[in-house]
Amino acid sequence: MDDQIESGIVKKFLYINRRAPHGTIYAHEALEVVLIGAAFEQDVSLAFIDDGVFQLKKDQDTSDIHTKNFSKIYKALEMYDVEKLFVEKESLDKRGLTEDDLSVDVKVINSSEMKKLITDSEVMFNF
Amino acid sequence: MLHTVNKSPFEKNSLETCLRLANDKSSIILIEDGVYGALKNTSIEATIIDAQKNYKIYVLGPDLKARGLDKNSLITNIEIVDYNKFVKLAVENDKIQNWL
Amino acid sequence: MLEVNGKSFETDEEGYLANLSDWEEGLATAMAEADDIELGPDHWEIINFLREYYEEYQIAPAVRVLTKAVGKKLGKDKGNSKYLYELFPYGPGKQACKFAGLPKPTGCV
Repeated sequence: MDDQIESGIVKKFLYINRRAPHGTIYAHEALEVVLIGAAFEQDVSLAFIDDGVFQLKKDQDTSDIHTKNFSKIYKALEMYDVEKLFVEKESLDKRGLTEDDLSVDVKVINSSEMKKLITDSEVMFNF
Repeated sequence: MLHTVNKSPFEKNSLETCLRLANDKSSIILIEDGVYGALKNTSIEATIIDAQKNYKIYVLGPDLKARGLDKNSLITNIEIVDYNKFVKLAVENDKIQNWL
Repeated sequence: MLEVNGKSFETDEEGYLANLSDWEEGLATAMAEADDIELGPDHWEIINFLREYYEEYQIAPAVRVLTKAVGKKLGKDKGNSKYLYELFPYGPGKQACKFAGLPKPTGCV
């Protein structure tokens, strides 16, 4: 890790989130990996596609299903210098959601912009 | 019969198959990621509204709340139930089919 | 497992409290004593800050993030690693989080 920082190699990382939260562990695991990866000081972007957009729905409250409310962690990403969150508009539309339904600041982009984001990335992680 | 669906209709075809194969007058309860099927303004809203002619559709409240959803997010006439009511439905029905 | 004032608390293999809600001040004091630290107002300020931080974000912050967040909330003279390491010599992330009843910081190896 130190070697990489000293040598100054910065790559474009893209974490692709396509799963709804709570029903499976994918969304929470992705966050853990993003937070740990943040220490490596790379150029990190997060993409939310398909059911992944549900991860960012505001007002999630897991008290009645007795699991950890990890949706609050998205608000901490900024402090870990993870500031580039992209949401696919087509995925929102299909699910009856708009940008106002989301808990954090994101950039809503269309499919062709998402295609470019993926094409331009150097390292991809899929959840 | 009571049918349960616990998968998102946008990712799996569990709900679609349930609606194709459940007998008329059945009850369907959407739980876990299945609750997303109850949302209004979605690409499958028309299918759900149409299904309400044949089935009584319920959605599990705690799973809705966990996902940041409430009755304002839902198609009308989908009934939100708590765990007690879910148990009651399970007892009242002679059989349960889980569309996993 | 940790015994404090006749009560036992479940911990993980590294001594972090298993259930955040089990936490009480006496537990922090006892954990600190085991590390040869007597908790003063400055320690408590950071411990309470961490508990509030966890409540809001559901994570125990890594040192780098903690330092930045403390600086924002409590001022630059406290938001630096020298100040925080003097209070918590085993690492402000790891040690202070442990005293605060939080899990091991995310991003700490």
